[in-house]
Amino acid sequence: MTSAPTIGVLALQGDVREHARSLEAAGARAVTVRRPAELEAVDALVVPGGESTTMWKLAEAFELLEPLRLRVKSGMPTYGSCAGMIMLADRIEGGIEGQQTLGGLDMVVRRNAFGRQVDSFEASLDFAGRGLMRAVFIRAPWVESVGADVEVLGLAEPGDRIVAVRQGPLLATSFHPELTGDTRVHSYFVEMVREL
Amino acid sequence: MSSSTPEVTDTAVTGTARVKRGMAEMLKGGVIMDVVTPEQAKIAEDAGAVAVMALERVPADIRAEGGVSRMSDPDMIDGIIAAVSIPVMAKARIGHFVEAQVLQAIGVDYVDESEVLTPADEANHIDKWAFTVPFVCGATNLGEALRRIAEGAAMIRSKGEAGTGNVVEATRHMRQIRGDIKRLAALDEAELYAAAKELRAPYELVAEIAKTGKLPVVLFTAGGIATPADAAMMMQLGAEGVFVGSGIFKSGDPAKRAAAIVKATTFYDDPDVIAKVSRGLGEAMVGINLATLPESERLATRGW
Repeated sequence: MTSAPTIGVLALQGDVREHARSLEAAGARAVTVRRPAELEAVDALVVPGGESTTMWKLAEAFELLEPLRLRVKSGMPTYGSCAGMIMLADRIEGGIEGQQTLGGLDMVVRRNAFGRQVDSFEASLDFAGRGLMRAVFIRAPWVESVGADVEVLGLAEPGDRIVAVRQGPLLATSFHPELTGDTRVHSYFVEMVREL
Repeated sequence: MSSSTPEVTDTAVTGTARVKRGMAEMLKGGVIMDVVTPEQAKIAEDAGAVAVMALERVPADIRAEGGVSRMSDPDMIDGIIAAVSIPVMAKARIGHFVEAQVLQAIGVDYVDESEVLTPADEANHIDKWAFTVPFVCGATNLGEALRRIAEGAAMIRSKGEAGTGNVVEATRHMRQIRGDIKRLAALDEAELYAAAKELRAPYELVAEIAKTGKLPVVLFTAGGIATPADAAMMMQLGAEGVFVGSGIFKSGDPAKRAAAIVKATTFYDDPDVIAKVSRGLGEAMVGINLATLPESERLATRGW
C-alpha cells in the first residue's frame, strides 16, 4: 500500500477525535465508523478508549457486533487502546454479566485491573523497542495471560504488568497514546497496515 | 522523536492534569446517569451508561422536599460502587472541600462540585488542584467555565436547571458557552486582555481558547434533559456528552428511556435513529415551566 491507508475509528463512544488526530499525524486518513457500511469502507480500524460495556451494548443494538467480528477474523488490522484492548480480548475478567467482546487476540484481559480513577497514573515505558514514552493509564486494564502466538510489546513499571501486545494484524495497549501527542504507537500501527 | 523529552521520568505518578482530564475524554459520546440505589445503578450500566452519579435524592426530589442538601452517605455510595463496574461520580457542595476529601477517600472516580446541593461557601469554590480525584463543575457561560478550570476542574458541564425536566436552560448555557468561544476567536491579540477582564478569567486561558477554539477540558451538558431528542439536541449544539439527572428514574420506564438516551447520544445527528428510539418510552418526567419558577428556587445561580 503506497497511498495513505484509510483507517476507521469506532465512534460509538470514547475518545474518537484524539485517535483520529494521532492517525492523521502518523500519515493515515482517518474516518469515523458507526454503521456496517462505514466499516466496509476502511482498510483498518481503531477501537478507542471509553467504556467497553457501553461500546458492546451499542455495537449489539446497531448490528455492528457481528460485522466487526467478521472483519477482525478476516485479518483487518485493528488496534485497541484501553477499552479497545478489552474489546479485542478473547477472554475478559471483571466484565459485567454476559459482556461480549470482538475477540481475536489470544489473551485474558482484566478490566480496571490497575484500580479506580484515584489510582490512574502516567509512567514511562518502552514500547516495541522504540524508546521510552510517557504512557497514560486511566482505570486501565492489564493483560493477565497471553497465548503462544502473542508478542508482548510493553510492560508497565508497577508490577511489570503486560500492557502492550500484538498478534498478527491485531495490536492492543492498556494505555492511551492518543492523549499524549506521542505518535509512535500510531505510527507503528500505520506501518502494520501498510505491510499487511 | 527523541526519547529524552523532559516529561519522561522513571516514576509513575497519579493525579496529573493529563490523567484527570483524560478520564473525562474517555466518557465522551456517553451518558452519565443520576442514581440513588445500587439497583438503579445496575439498570443504568445495563442500559449503556458510561458512568453513574451516586446521590441520595435526584434534583427533582431535592426541589420538592427542600431543606439543606448535602453529600450522600458514604455507605450508600459504597453500595453503588460495589454494584457496578463503570465509573462512579458523587456530588460535593460548592466550596465544601471536606466533603470532597471524604469522597476521594471513599474512592469515587469523579467529584461533581455541584449547585444542586446547598452551597457551603459563598465566596470560594474548592481548590481542586489539591486533589488526586478529578472534578467536574457546572458553568452557565465561558467566564464561569474558565474560573472553574483555573481552580483545577478537569471537566465542565453546562448547568441547565436541574430537576425541571425542561431543557431550555441547558440550551441557553450551551449556546452561551459556545458563542463566547466563537466571539473570542474573532478578536485580535490586543483585544484578548480586555476580553479576559470582561470574562473575569485568567488571560492565559482566554488566549489559549482564542487560539484552539475549544475548552482545554471536556464539555458535557446537564440540567433538564428528559428525552432522547433533548440529548441529541445538546450534542448538536456542541456538547461532548450528557448528564441525565431526574429524567430517567422519574419517568415511566427508566430502563427503556435510559437505553434510548444512550443511543440518541451516539447517533445524535441521525433523525431516523432518534425517531426510532423515541417510540414507546412511556411517560416522560413531569416538567416545570421555568416562567413559574421563582428566582430563589433556581439552582443555576448558585456558584459564580
